[in-house]
Amino acid sequence: MTTKIKIENLNVFFGETHAVKNVSLDIPQNRVTAIIGPSGCGKSTILRSINRMHDMIPAARVTGRIVIDTTDIYDRTSNPVLIRRRVGMVFQKPNPFPAMSIYDNVVAGYKLGGRLNRGDADEIVESSLKRVALWDEVKDRLKSNAMDLSGGQQQRLCIARTIAIKPDVILMDEPASALDPLSTLKIEELIEELKDKYTIVIVTHNMQQAARVSDDTAFFYLGELIESGGTRKIFTNPEKKQTEDYITGRFG
Amino acid sequence: MSHDEEVRDARFAGRFDGDRIFKGITLGFALTVILILLLMAAGMAVEALPAMKRFGWKFVSGSDWDAVQGSFGALPYIWGSIVSSALAIIAATPLSVGTAIFITELAPRKLGGAIASLVELLAAIPSVIYGLWGVVVMAPWLQKTVEPFLIEHFGFLPLFRGPPYGVGMLAAIFIIMIMIIPIITSITKEVLLAVPQSQKEAAVALGATKWEMIRMAVLPYGRSGILGAVILGLGRAIGETMAVTMVIGNTPQISLSLLDPAYTMPSVIANEFAEATSKLHSSALMEIGLILLALTLIINITARVLIWSVTSKQSAGGRR
Repeated sequence: MTTKIKIENLNVFFGETHAVKNVSLDIPQNRVTAIIGPSGCGKSTILRSINRMHDMIPAARVTGRIVIDTTDIYDRTSNPVLIRRRVGMVFQKPNPFPAMSIYDNVVAGYKLGGRLNRGDADEIVESSLKRVALWDEVKDRLKSNAMDLSGGQQQRLCIARTIAIKPDVILMDEPASALDPLSTLKIEELIEELKDKYTIVIVTHNMQQAARVSDDTAFFYLGELIESGGTRKIFTNPEKKQTEDYITGRFG
Repeated sequence: MSHDEEVRDARFAGRFDGDRIFKGITLGFALTVILILLLMAAGMAVEALPAMKRFGWKFVSGSDWDAVQGSFGALPYIWGSIVSSALAIIAATPLSVGTAIFITELAPRKLGGAIASLVELLAAIPSVIYGLWGVVVMAPWLQKTVEPFLIEHFGFLPLFRGPPYGVGMLAAIFIIMIMIIPIITSITKEVLLAVPQSQKEAAVALGATKWEMIRMAVLPYGRSGILGAVILGLGRAIGETMAVTMVIGNTPQISLSLLDPAYTMPSVIANEFAEATSKLHSSALMEIGLILLALTLIINITARVLIWSVTSKQSAGGRR
């Protein structure tokens, strides 16, 4: 099992708030790693440090190292824009670009890499939409507005948009929490299918979901990593009392 | 019903009356505002009727304006208003939108706030002061520096023919531009602030640079609101009276050259109403006023609708 992302002594501060405390965690390649924990435990904050999204917030400060393959992404020489091309992200609420068609949404990120010709674009749109099982539903109306899609379709469109830029890692921040059960199921199936090509890190507050989709699980509480390991082990035989209490629903 | 209940109910009844009266009074105030607008339009229409009857469509297509002969054609004023406003808008839009982008997306928070307040302060300066500055400082500068340069290098274009007067269409365009920058900037700023963080994050997460994020997520999301801001600026431009009157040269002519003096609708009203002794003359000025009123109303309503379409979108979860 190769380590794809190595987090070492990660600390994240927002102004005076110490949101993530000295976290070290190895995330293996081509597997699904779930980050779980009660609200406010810093799950999303950790996820968002893996593609340097905190750069957008002036008050945020990150210390420690995150190494993806061999790149220390917080090194002075690392360019966040290039890192985000390798580390895609899917958000809690579907956020397609409302002024663009379905087609343009899929190639929106890809186009940033440079001019692309019509044939390449068509191919990327088709393969990305097929990958997220949306192609059959939208192939006759690629030029219609992305907001005409249902919430679940929009979220799959956002995943298609992310894989169109050909990342190695996909970060998912509660990707199904705004969706109905059927759409949630589709997203979960999709995650299962995507892991052969991508390393996936998913934040979820839904423990059943974590148990269903992930290979490994990391449990966080109040900004600290309490326990991590194989999902089956965490859910059936946790080492720490806090983990067990959370898993069994005694708090959180 | 017990005695106590009766007393209580009686007291409450009084309170409800108060509510009704209060509602009635405020409704009255609100209706008064609308009534004033309607009365104004109606009054102007009645006053303008003689000119309308006498000249018909010739009033807007004719360009002869002679109070002594009793011949009134408003085309030079309409032309002057539209050309000066349109060109001022074209010049002001990139400046304003650029400033708004800098304030909301690029500047450190404190610097952005300071610039925003300064820009809004510009809107508070009385227009006569702009006019005074225009006449005393800007017009001579145009006459001695800018216009000779334009004539020398671009004199082959009909836009820059003729002697450098200083005052004229170009001066009016500059003044209007400066005066509408604050309004376009501050509204565009509000529109850009209304762009949801999730949209910006979507672009950034795809590996967009700051500029690409603005182009991909911010501007498209806010485009109708920005258009609204521009149109609102146009409304302000077309109605601007004092400063324009002071720098445009007040000559009713239709010239392609920006260096020539011109005239606008508000300016002719301001300049001539006091000396409009004949009924027809004052009626002609009223008709110009009516045209101006209609034009500004249409412009402002359009702008409000466009801005509203963006700022109300936020609560609707980004659906358009």
